[in-house]
Amino acid sequence: MKHRVVVTGMGVVTSLGSDLPEFWNNLLNGKSGISSIEAFDTSEYTTKIAAEIKGFNPEAFGIDKKDSRKMDRFVQFGVAASKQAVQDAGLIIGDNADPERVGVIVGSGIGGLGTWEEQHTVLMEKGPRRVSPFFIPMMIANMASGQVSMVTGAKGPNTTAVSACATGTHSIGDSFKMIQRGDADVMICGGAEATIRPIGMAGFCAMRAMSTRNEEPEKASRPFDIDRDGFVMGEGAGVMILESLDHALQRGARIYAEVIGYGMSGDAFHMTEPDPDGAARCMTRAIKDAGLEPEEIQYINAHGTSTPVGDKSETTAIKKAFGDHAYKVAVSSTKSMTGHLLGAAGGVEAVIVGLTLQNGMIPPTVNLDNQDPELDLDYVPNKPREADVRVALSNSFGFGGHNATIIMRKYEA
Amino acid sequence: MSDVYDRVKRIVIERLGVEEAEVTAEASFKDDLGADSLDVVELVMELEDEFDLEISDEDAEKITTVGEVVKYIQSHA
Repeated sequence: MKHRVVVTGMGVVTSLGSDLPEFWNNLLNGKSGISSIEAFDTSEYTTKIAAEIKGFNPEAFGIDKKDSRKMDRFVQFGVAASKQAVQDAGLIIGDNADPERVGVIVGSGIGGLGTWEEQHTVLMEKGPRRVSPFFIPMMIANMASGQVSMVTGAKGPNTTAVSACATGTHSIGDSFKMIQRGDADVMICGGAEATIRPIGMAGFCAMRAMSTRNEEPEKASRPFDIDRDGFVMGEGAGVMILESLDHALQRGARIYAEVIGYGMSGDAFHMTEPDPDGAARCMTRAIKDAGLEPEEIQYINAHGTSTPVGDKSETTAIKKAFGDHAYKVAVSSTKSMTGHLLGAAGGVEAVIVGLTLQNGMIPPTVNLDNQDPELDLDYVPNKPREADVRVALSNSFGFGGHNATIIMRKYEA
Repeated sequence: MSDVYDRVKRIVIERLGVEEAEVTAEASFKDDLGADSLDVVELVMELEDEFDLEISDEDAEKITTVGEVVKYIQSHA
């Protein structure tokens, strides 16, 4: 028997806000979370902007100072968003949920890049005997999942997806399947990322992957626009509480939405360039997994990173997967406002889809001033749209050719 | 004495995130100050830097309390 799976809690840490109402308001107002980088001197970098979280204080999220010192920034984000989501769900592990039936998958595309960087500098300057004993445990990409279990007491399945920019969606999709097949009653799942560091920015700058619109940070992320020139890096975390419907009903939980489909595929094509066939197969599989027809999807939260190649490829993929319906489905890229949170993107965007279903409002693609004539879908330009969305899909695609799609619908008993 | 003790104390407070009053000469790093094995390794590194000396792993294993550290430093620095 397959269990139905519902969303009962959500949490975000982003440059657009770290509580749900503020975050949602900013999205509906088309606000950009992108600004000049303050974490380090960017004068020698071609890209000097990011969706950076200024003045992040883990203690404000109830993380003990002693503990946060042993967490990389990505782990701090993941734990902060998870704590919020658990609280939002009214989940009291050990009281209204059996600890052994609560699992965690809070993934990261890259892991503790900042810790890597710092400790490598120590190694070069002071030698191997001065490298911190916390270097490895702080840096490894699975440590957000590990720390979330320690902080919340979740003793069920605990693992990590690492699939670059598809990480967050794989984490949520894998968690959905675990509950569906009965491995857990509750999963704390999503993604966390913190790569706005010299080495991270230098690496992506070298790829010519990021926007260099440094003079106009708020206009830099412009998916589907003719003048788009690359993605804008973001940081933060997005976490959902997924729960079996029975468990949620039993404890009287508030239900945001139901997760009904998950698709995955690999491009088998190129390290960084996307193959639209792979993304199309991924969406088709998710639709089939949900037991739906393509015509039933009303909104797509696109991967839409604002790179010249990526947005085109995704548009082609949507047409392949949806046929004529591609022109009727609303497609928006909220990365136009949040920036691209890499491994956390899927987590944050799943939260956005949850809020879309709950509130009947589709957040826009901002900065879509001159739509690329080759990209001819309905991208919900610049203004939010009131729409009774019943079924929505979220895409994430990662370097390596990893594709992941989840489908959520309005909860109906 | 007091100089070494104060410097050790400052490092212990900072590294282990404990209150000043907890850091007595008798306080055990693991039992009283909540340090795990990695905390102790980090603490030893910091003390080596602060006092410009080398504490062998063998010696480090024998040191369990704040007072023992102070004593060790005074006789080796």
